[in-house]
Amino acid sequence: MVIGPGTTVSDQAPAAPDPAEGPVPGKAIEGRSLGRIAWTRLKRDKGALGGAVVIILLVLMALFAPLIVKLTGSTPNEFHQDLLDETFVPKGTFGGMSLDHPMGLEPQNGRDLFAGIVYGARISLLVAFLATLLSVVLGTVLGVMAGYFGGWVDTVISRAMDVFLAFPVLVFALALAGVIPNEAFGLSGLSLRLVLLIFIIGFFNWGYIARIIRGQTLSLREREFVDAARGMGARGPYILWKELLPNLVAPILIYATLLIPTNIIFEASLSFLGVGVARQLEGEPGVTWGGMLSTAVDYYTLPHFMFWPGMAIFITVLAFNLFGDGLRDALDPKTR
Amino acid sequence: MADPFLKVQDLKIHFPTDDGLVRSVDGLTFSLERGKTLGIVGESGSGKSVTSLGILGLHNKRNAQVSGEIWLDNQELVNASPEDVRKLRGQKMAMIFQDPLSAMHPFYTVGHQIIEAYRVHHNVSKKVARKHAIEMLNRVGIPQPDRRVDDYPHQFSGGMRQRAMIAMALSCDPELLIADEPTTALDVTVQAQILDLMHDLQQEFNSALIIITHDLGVVAELADDILVMYGGKAIEQGPAQTIFEAPEHPYTWGLLGSMPRMDRPVADRLMPIPGSPPSLINLPSGCAFHPRCAYEPQTGGLGTTMVPELTEAGGGHRVRCHLPSTERRRIWAEEIKPKLEAGQ
Repeated sequence: MVIGPGTTVSDQAPAAPDPAEGPVPGKAIEGRSLGRIAWTRLKRDKGALGGAVVIILLVLMALFAPLIVKLTGSTPNEFHQDLLDETFVPKGTFGGMSLDHPMGLEPQNGRDLFAGIVYGARISLLVAFLATLLSVVLGTVLGVMAGYFGGWVDTVISRAMDVFLAFPVLVFALALAGVIPNEAFGLSGLSLRLVLLIFIIGFFNWGYIARIIRGQTLSLREREFVDAARGMGARGPYILWKELLPNLVAPILIYATLLIPTNIIFEASLSFLGVGVARQLEGEPGVTWGGMLSTAVDYYTLPHFMFWPGMAIFITVLAFNLFGDGLRDALDPKTR
Repeated sequence: MADPFLKVQDLKIHFPTDDGLVRSVDGLTFSLERGKTLGIVGESGSGKSVTSLGILGLHNKRNAQVSGEIWLDNQELVNASPEDVRKLRGQKMAMIFQDPLSAMHPFYTVGHQIIEAYRVHHNVSKKVARKHAIEMLNRVGIPQPDRRVDDYPHQFSGGMRQRAMIAMALSCDPELLIADEPTTALDVTVQAQILDLMHDLQQEFNSALIIITHDLGVVAELADDILVMYGGKAIEQGPAQTIFEAPEHPYTWGLLGSMPRMDRPVADRLMPIPGSPPSLINLPSGCAFHPRCAYEPQTGGLGTTMVPELTEAGGGHRVRCHLPSTERRRIWAEEIKPKLEAGQ
């Protein structure tokens, strides 16, 4: 992708400096970098901007979860059985919504839903971000290698891509969940499950991005500026890092922002199926939106219980998709 | 006598494809001294650019078969290790590309690119390299180079970009400069400026210059020697004056006839060469030019059956044609030259 032709760049007319005086400082014609052009365009896109704000709020919510739940005074591990009636259904309207419990309570054990949603953002975002990072790093490195070196390197990587794209990840994850020991790799409990979750989601997703990057690299490799750089005596690594990679930043960024919501949903699905992160009774609660939805299925007469985690997933995914679409438009000179 | 600075001996560059072997360059031989200019002329697909990339060693070894010898300053390039050739690129030989916008990286400033090119071969600080870049931009006639050095390629006009490209190619003071259609993307007035600039700089640096073009007008002014390529082979080569004043190959006559000239009466119409360039996979049998050649019948069938040899025609002038030299000279003097001069 090339951000270039002068059309996107409005050179301010210089205030006709006297040639004898040379350029007037501060009034020089200034080129705008890719980042600035993209930022100007992004600012005009209300949807993307809204998405970005929501994402920032979500990240803050995840980071400061322990502080935020202090506002309402209940942690996700607290049981409020006194607020449930004899059928273990929260007392009051809308699932026991009150100032202390703004989203109501869980049936059966009376845990605070708001705290659960706040803490759920932690696992959702952590898994989604790290899994995306893993996919993007693997995909970029392997994609660039396949595209740049070609030949048997390309063949090996491309076939590996096909294998991974054809792999039934969900089935694999379900099967793996059954055999995960309580301790492995020096990790245990929650952290072990988190690492495995990130690994499964990230490791089986690199094929998509590697394909895109490989294709881009193939076409970039033949561009004249690469020949020109080689003609000036540039070494292979220089061409990879300085000539090719900057041109790949846009597709990588766009793909990453669009992969994050997919991974959020995937994590939620795994948790919903009970092979994600397990609920902990103390310490980090290990509460997930997918897990909350899964429990909520048993209480379908209490729609609020399903509503809040569903809403949380919906809003998060929507925000990332809006932002990703906006970013793609901003970074692509052809869509203006 | 010492060997010439650049000597290309029987250079062959073939590309195996699914459709067959593409003989882009098939046995090219020429030499060039420092301070001299060689013009390589030919239609699209005659192997001009492939030759230039071949000298720089930019062909992918996996899909190109390069054979023959290229001697640059007594160093053989075809069989040298890629790393050795890489060190020479930029330093000893450099290339000016046809389209400077696509040959410059869109993400970096012009100055940055010249600085990087300089620093690949010189172990100097960024500051020194930057000063050098500004100096080079000044040398090629970019106004206010200390300011424009921080501009991106798209902020330059076409002519300025080509100047910047030349500055980049010259930044390491190469002894061999290859310009691949350096003025094709530019309009005529800018073309003249760029050609003048290249000529001046060549004199200043005393470098050997290869200009590749399909426009005989471009090389008419600059070149000392001219090599006319057709179907991957040289069909006529020799001193520029001879090629323009006493060309002996029917193809060269055709090129001259299809070139508008200001110093002769205005022709009602130019005389194009009939037909189109041959496929490099399936070259016509015999002389590659015979299907388009008006004098083919006079060869007595040789044109369709035998590939003519490149034969000496006196004074370093060599022609690849079946017609006897005397006959060629007669046709030129009696038929072609009067037509060109009459503007017919």
